[in-house]
Amino acid sequence: VAPGRQVNRAHGAVPWWRDVRVLRVIGQIAIVAAIAGLVVVLAVIFLDNLAATRLRFTLDFLDQTSGMELAQTPIPYRSTDTFARAFTAGLVNTLLVSSIGIVLATALGVVVGVARLSQNWLANRISTGFVEIMRNTPLLVQLVLIAALMRELPGVAQAIELPGSIFVSSRGVYMPRPLAEPGLGPWLAITAIAVVLAIVLSRLSSRRAEAGKRTYAMGRIGLAAALLVPVAGWIMLTPYSFDVPAIVGFNFAGGIAVSTAFTALLFGLVIYTAAFIGEVVRGGIQAVRRGQVEAAYSIGLTPNQTLRLIVFPQALRVIVPPLTSQYLNLTKNSSLAVAVGFADLFAVGRTMANQTGQPLSVIVLVMGTYLLISLLTSLVMNLYNRRVQVLER
Amino acid sequence: MPTARLALTSLAVLAFLFTACSPTPPAQTPGGEQPTPGGEQPTPGGEQPTPGGETPGNETPAAQPTPGGQTGARLGIIQSRGSLICGVNTNLPGFGYPEEGTGRWLGFDADFCRVVATAVLGDPNAVEFRALSADDRGPALSTGEIDVLIRNTTWTLTRDTEWGLFGPTTFYDGQGVMVRTDSGVGQLTDFQGLNPTICVQSGTTTELTLPDQMRALGVEYTQDTRPDIDQTYAVYEAGDCDAVTSDVSQLIARRTLFSDPDAHTILPDIMSKEPLGPVVPFGDERWFNVVKWATWATMQAEELGIDSSNVAEMRDTSTDPVVRRLLGVEGGLGTKLGLSDDWAFNIISEVGNYEEIFNEHLGPGTPFNLERGLNALWTDGGLLYPPAWR
Repeated sequence: VAPGRQVNRAHGAVPWWRDVRVLRVIGQIAIVAAIAGLVVVLAVIFLDNLAATRLRFTLDFLDQTSGMELAQTPIPYRSTDTFARAFTAGLVNTLLVSSIGIVLATALGVVVGVARLSQNWLANRISTGFVEIMRNTPLLVQLVLIAALMRELPGVAQAIELPGSIFVSSRGVYMPRPLAEPGLGPWLAITAIAVVLAIVLSRLSSRRAEAGKRTYAMGRIGLAAALLVPVAGWIMLTPYSFDVPAIVGFNFAGGIAVSTAFTALLFGLVIYTAAFIGEVVRGGIQAVRRGQVEAAYSIGLTPNQTLRLIVFPQALRVIVPPLTSQYLNLTKNSSLAVAVGFADLFAVGRTMANQTGQPLSVIVLVMGTYLLISLLTSLVMNLYNRRVQVLER
Repeated sequence: MPTARLALTSLAVLAFLFTACSPTPPAQTPGGEQPTPGGEQPTPGGEQPTPGGETPGNETPAAQPTPGGQTGARLGIIQSRGSLICGVNTNLPGFGYPEEGTGRWLGFDADFCRVVATAVLGDPNAVEFRALSADDRGPALSTGEIDVLIRNTTWTLTRDTEWGLFGPTTFYDGQGVMVRTDSGVGQLTDFQGLNPTICVQSGTTTELTLPDQMRALGVEYTQDTRPDIDQTYAVYEAGDCDAVTSDVSQLIARRTLFSDPDAHTILPDIMSKEPLGPVVPFGDERWFNVVKWATWATMQAEELGIDSSNVAEMRDTSTDPVVRRLLGVEGGLGTKLGLSDDWAFNIISEVGNYEEIFNEHLGPGTPFNLERGLNALWTDGGLLYPPAWR
């Protein structure tokens, strides 16, 4: 018996439980089973506990009157509107702060990223310090600090007046709102006529010039008309006016009001995300091989042109995917609005959860909405990324 | 190789364990004999959702969900846990707030937590306080995470059907508005045309009452809603709100925390009814009864002139049958609640009667100096009216 076993092993006829190929399959099955088992256990516990509470999923409350007032609503909203309307108002607020935030954070981030690579000692150090401080402190702490600092601004009665009737106070920034006056229609009409005239005259002029005839400076006359008529009309017809904010009672009325909560949140999101975007941009630029820059210099491009025409287009390929992540982060981080009292999607959701007594449904709704926003952002950025990548040869 | 094989084998074993365990429902133990200490799990998942003996499949939890286990289970769970989990305010002087330096929970609401704990466990210190924000208290109740919520919570129909069952009102309050004295506003209608910004805390009834009232008065205003009680009053004190609204008792209490309390006035307008009292999770009438009668015991004691100083003497000497039944000398009323017969005696000797609790935290000797008002006994023209003690 003993010699036989030795022979078997020598010829590689190992039993299945020692066969590596079999064991690999078993191992993978085991891992899948372990994960599936864990999921089932958690699901059973979750459903069990859920059944023991009054929490259930329903959206019936959405068309009930909300009864809650929101501080800042870009869309018309009153407490007599439905919960769905309140939710939409919160959603619009989230989209507003996120989209403006993304634009500003990108602009600032590019500046920071380029400045970190700058030979200029001051620009380099300032941007490095900015990135390290912003990146290494929690956003929530920054937001609370910004909100506290903005609270130190003067009150409404002592608001700082900037040129152009812009008022800055601890409650917000108030600026004039342009309004259309009856003169706007006629002004648009005469402007359109002048522009058309200028185009016709310039065509006519160039045709006559081609034919070798005198042009009587028709092109210049047309251009002058296109410029002078709108300006003169603007002065004479005054097609605009401004709704200038003024103190009525305790607050400013009229004009455009930008609440401190919005400004604080936007400011916090922008500087925080800009630090990360700056690093993404720096990484992207450094990923462009040095030879490219040297080649650009050798054909006589200025440093500015080199950056704009040679480095950036190539860096974009590296930048766009991580930039997408930063955009998603900014949008999701806007849910910290609740810390500064801004009525964003999550803040409205919290109130709804409480007032309806349906926290589960509202949280699922809020999560689903954030998911949708993020997926749409990713989609747009991926499409853009594809366009950038096509440039590769 | 041997380590890899070992790892694979153990994973496989684990997988079998998991899959083998998963379909099995937790073992049924009637009477909550297998308690999971509530302090360890956010939801006391160890408490059995079904009465012992029944198969879980036959249960229809959607029809009548019973957080915190079967009826009557919670009392046993608290007794075996040895402490009461009581939800209180995060920082409301006079009602529920941590004492400076020690962190001990003090206040009118905190003392009613002690009242309930003493009724069940005979020890006023057997309370595990849970500080809850206005937004968090609803979920804490509906998940059964806390045994009782005593956190200046207004009794409303919606909350009575969505959160839990409301016990006897311990404090009758109303919503008011506080303004800076130099603002020149003497009553709510003075706000007309003044376009004020008003601070309010989210997750409260006041958040909904304010728009209603202002609409009825035709006052245009901006509402600044804050998630946290400290933030709400900080924003108001910094001048970013022209007024702050809440229950009058809360306004009075929070005003004492301002750097200059005298610079703020509470308007005479009362916007709403705010009956504040204890709330228990749904589905446990036996426990609900304990909380109700423990609360009433403090009022009944005041009505009978029993306080912590004379309670022992009254028990030994009184011939009044109501006193004797309250203090457990006769009647065996405690047993009916599932408690010891000296439960009410313990409440009064350890914590005190309603008057003592009120005066200690809110009465003339305190910064709040509140009148009893509606919170007087029915015999004194108030609304406190404990049911018949027999």
